[in-house]
Amino acid sequence: MNLKKLNIENKKIRDLIPQALTVLALVSVIIYFASNAQINMGNRGISFGFGFLNQEASFDITFSMIEYDGSHSYGRAFLVGLLNTILVSVIGIFFATIIGVIVGISRLSDNYLIAKVAEWYVEIFRNIPLILQIFFWYFAALRALPLPENGINFYDISFLTIKGWYVPKFLWINFNIFLLSIIAAFISIYFINSYATKQREQFGKQLPTTIISLALLILLPLITFLVFGVSLTFEYPVLKQLSPTVFTYEGGVSIIPELIALALALSMYTATFIAENVRAGILGVSKGQKEAAASIGLNKNQILKLVVMPQALRIIIPPTTNQYLNLTKNSSLAAAIAYPDIVLVFAGTALMQTGRAIEIISITMLTYLTLSISISIFMNWYNKKMAIKEK
Amino acid sequence: MIKSIKTWILIGFASLLLVACGQGGGGAGSKKSKTLENTKKAGFVKCGVSQGLPGFSNADESGNWSGIDVDVCRAVAAAVLGDADKVKYTPLSAKERFTALTSGEIDVLARNTTWTLSRDADIGLTFVGVNFYDGQGFMVRKNSGINSVNDFKNGISACTNTGTTTELNMRDFFNSKNISYEPIAFEKADEVVQAYDAGRCDTYTTDKSGLAAQRTKMSNPDEHKVLPETISKEPLGPVVRQGDAVWEDIVRWSLNTMIEAEEYGVNSSNASSLKDSENPAIKRLVGAEGELGAAFGLDNDWSLRIIEQVGNYGESYKKHIADTGILPNRGPNQLWTKGGILYVPPAR
Repeated sequence: MNLKKLNIENKKIRDLIPQALTVLALVSVIIYFASNAQINMGNRGISFGFGFLNQEASFDITFSMIEYDGSHSYGRAFLVGLLNTILVSVIGIFFATIIGVIVGISRLSDNYLIAKVAEWYVEIFRNIPLILQIFFWYFAALRALPLPENGINFYDISFLTIKGWYVPKFLWINFNIFLLSIIAAFISIYFINSYATKQREQFGKQLPTTIISLALLILLPLITFLVFGVSLTFEYPVLKQLSPTVFTYEGGVSIIPELIALALALSMYTATFIAENVRAGILGVSKGQKEAAASIGLNKNQILKLVVMPQALRIIIPPTTNQYLNLTKNSSLAAAIAYPDIVLVFAGTALMQTGRAIEIISITMLTYLTLSISISIFMNWYNKKMAIKEK
Repeated sequence: MIKSIKTWILIGFASLLLVACGQGGGGAGSKKSKTLENTKKAGFVKCGVSQGLPGFSNADESGNWSGIDVDVCRAVAAAVLGDADKVKYTPLSAKERFTALTSGEIDVLARNTTWTLSRDADIGLTFVGVNFYDGQGFMVRKNSGINSVNDFKNGISACTNTGTTTELNMRDFFNSKNISYEPIAFEKADEVVQAYDAGRCDTYTTDKSGLAAQRTKMSNPDEHKVLPETISKEPLGPVVRQGDAVWEDIVRWSLNTMIEAEEYGVNSSNASSLKDSENPAIKRLVGAEGELGAAFGLDNDWSLRIIEQVGNYGESYKKHIADTGILPNRGPNQLWTKGGILYVPPAR
C-alpha cells in the first residue's frame, strides 16, 4: 500500500476523519443510553425481552383480516394491527389519489363553478386539523346514520347503519383458479401493451389496446366460471333482533364505521395536497409543448396522455410520495376512534397489558419506518421509470 | 390528535427519563428514601391521576383536583410536607400511567388502578393497598329490554376503554357465556361515552363506579341503567415504584390512617381535641403516643395532619362519591365493623 495514501494531507483521508468521528460519537451515545436504560430497568425490576410476543394476548379485536381471538399470541395481535394499518393506508392512498387527481384537474377547468368548488374543497379540507376531521366523520356522521332496524337499504343486499356497513359475503368455490385467471389476464395485457408500443414505434400503427385489455380482463375470468367449475354465491346480511329494541345484522361482512370514518378523513385530507401537486404538475408543463403536440395533429386526449401527463408526472410524483408517507403515518390517529390499527392494538392495549413500553414502542417505530421506506422505494422506482431517459 | 401526540411525547420522555436519570430509586431495605428526599426538596408530591373521573379524580373549572384518589395524594402531602395542597397532579391515560410511574415522572399513582398479579409483580410496580373495592358491570339503555347479563345474545357490541383490565374481563365473561360479541375499545373514556351514547354499541362496560360516574355525562342519563351483575373483582388502589420501601410504607400508611381514623371515629373536626383521649389507639393516631412517624423518617404529627387536612376515609367517600350521587351506598367500601370489607392493619 502506498504510504502517501494514509497521510493526513490525502484529501480522501481528511474527508473521512470527521465522518468517522461523527459515527463514533453517535454509536457511543446510543451505547451509553442503552446501557443506562438497562441499569435503570434492572434497578426497577423491569426485565427486557421479546418473549412476551409468544404469550397469550387474551384480549379481542373488533376487526381483523386474519383469524384472531384472544387465545392467540401478542405477536399475532401485532400482525392484526399491522394489517389493519396497511388496509386503511391502501384504501386511503387509493381514494386520495383519485379525488386528488380529479380535484387538481378541476381547479384548472375553464368552468367557473367547477374550478371554484375544487378551490373551496382544497382550502377547507387542508386547513382543518386532521384529528378534528376524523372526529367529525366519526361522531357527526355516526350520529347521522340510522340504527340497524332502520338501516339504509340498498336493494335488500346491503345495509348502512350506525354499527357499520353490512355487505354481502362472497362465498367462492375454486377461488384459486379465478385468481390465476386474473393474474394471467394482467400478464397478457402487459405483453399486448408492449407489443402495441413496438408496433406504434416501428410502423406507426395504433392498436386498440384499451378494448383488447378490457376484453381479456373480462373474458379470461368468465371462462373459469364456465369451464373450470369456479362459482360464486353470496351470503346476504339479515336483520337479527337481540332484545326488544336492540338489533344487528347477521351474515355478510360488516365494514366497521371506524374504518369508513378513518379512510374517509385520511383520503379527503390528503387529496387536497395531492390536488395541489397535480395542478402544479400540469401548470409546470410549458404551453409550447401542448401547442407543438397539437400542431403534429394529436387530439386533446392524446395530448394529455402522451405529452402533458408524462412530463407533469415528473413534477407530481416526488411531492405525492411525501403525501403517501404522511397518510400512512397519519393513520396512527386511528386510536382516537377505536379503529384497531397497530397503535391502538399493539402500542396501546398490548403495551398496557404487558407493560413492556421500550420493546413495544421500538417495534412499532421500526414497523412504521419499514412501511414508509417500502413506500419510498416503490415511489422512487416509479419516479425513475417516469423520469426523462436521456439518449 | 392532541391526546395521541401527548401519549407519544410522554412515552418518549418517560423512556428518556428512564434512560437518563441514572441510578435513582434507592436500594430496597435501606432506611433512606430517595423519593422522600426528592419530594421534600421539590416541595410537592408528584401524583398521577385520571383525566377526569368524577368522584375519583376530577378537576373543576379552575383546575382544582378533587376525589377519593386525589385524597390519597393529599394525605401523602400532608404527612410528608405538612400541607395537603402541596401536590402536583399529572393527568394520565390508562396507557401512560405505568410508564409515567416507573420513569419517575410521578411518585404516586392514584388513578383508579386495578391491583392484579402481573401488574404488581411484572412491571416494576408495587400496589400499596385498596381505596375502593369495585367490580366490572354493564350499562345498557333502559328501553332495550335487557335486564340482566343473561339477556345478552350473539352479535352484541360492547364499548370499553383500551389498556384496562375491563378489556380482558369482558373477553373472559363473554367466552364463559359462549356469546360472540363485537369489542370496540377507545383510548379515552369520553369517546367511549360518546360512541355508546350515539348508539354505536349496545352496552358499555367498565368498573361500576366508572359507569355510575360516566352516566352523568350522557345526553340523557335517565335513559340508561347499570345491570345488577358484577363480572369481576376490581380492587382499586394507589401504586408506587418498586424499590423504595420507605416511600411505599409512607403511601400505604397514609391511606391506612384515613381508614383507621374512620374506624375510631376520628375526623377532621375532632382530631386535635382527641390528643388526650383515653383510647391509646386514638392517641397513636393523633400523635399523642408512640413514635410511629420515626419509622418513616417523619415527625409524630404526620397522621394528625392527614386527618385534619384531608379527613378520614368516611368523610372523603361521603364528600366525593356519596354526596355527588355517584354511589350513595357504600357497599363493600364500608368498614369491616359495619358489614363492609375495609379492614386495615393496626397502626401501632
